[in-house]
Amino acid sequence: MRYKIFDLGLIDYNKALDLQNEVFESVAKGELDSALILCRHYPVITLGRSAKEGNILVDVSLLKKKNIPLYKVRRGGDVTYHGPGQLMVYPVVNLDYFRKDIHWFLNELEGLAIRVLGRFGIGAHRIDGKAGVWVDDKKIASIGVAIKHWISFHGLSINIKMEDLDNFTLIKPCGMDIMMTSMETVLGEEVAIDKVKEYLIQDYIFKGD
Amino acid sequence: MTKVIIPELGEGIDKITVSYWYVQPGDKVKEKDDLVELTTSKATFNLPAPCSGVLAEALFKEGDTANIGETIAIIEE
Repeated sequence: MRYKIFDLGLIDYNKALDLQNEVFESVAKGELDSALILCRHYPVITLGRSAKEGNILVDVSLLKKKNIPLYKVRRGGDVTYHGPGQLMVYPVVNLDYFRKDIHWFLNELEGLAIRVLGRFGIGAHRIDGKAGVWVDDKKIASIGVAIKHWISFHGLSINIKMEDLDNFTLIKPCGMDIMMTSMETVLGEEVAIDKVKEYLIQDYIFKGD
Repeated sequence: MTKVIIPELGEGIDKITVSYWYVQPGDKVKEKDDLVELTTSKATFNLPAPCSGVLAEALFKEGDTANIGETIAIIEE
């Protein structure tokens, strides 16, 4: 199994997307079988193909003032926010080597988030029919996966820091009335992003034997 | 003429929504290029063209629901 980890640190959304595309090409060419890209983004609101402008709840001038750009991205779905208090987990995995089953893959990703959160003593769970990982009725990890040629693209974001939560109120995440939470909000104490990364790398299952 | 069939996408997935056509009827398409994006309740799947040719028919519109195993498009080689 040719598996590689890319830790990009804090990086602009579009730059990370470019790298994700490069890694995707490597996997498509068979140079790699599986990769794990970890990073955090500067504040950004991304709009999927079916995003409705009404789901941005504030005036664009306020976003400019807050220095939050709006990016239209080539993905399905509605609007979402990313910021430095979230850990982005982009698995680029050739499912030919694992199991060609979209929902199995999503379940495994949600399971990964649940396991990692569990290591911090956070009891998170799935909700039937809703993507993502939840603590009670609040979302702590979001999931948005695209599969092309049975290779995965995009992925998972885990809310770690408390301060980013405010920015979710600028939008209607995924076009739905969802309350978000973060690891720090649940635990009431500071959480080191590096520790979350360390556990994720340990618990990541798409690395073969 | 090649029928493009909606493939098995996983256990328990029997329906999908046609979310985006990358190619319009009458357009040329290359084997393995993205043809149409399908959405399940949780993820999107890009269905590639099984062969090169011209997209003769797109049998579902964006927003339509279709079953696994149904013909979604016809490509004239």
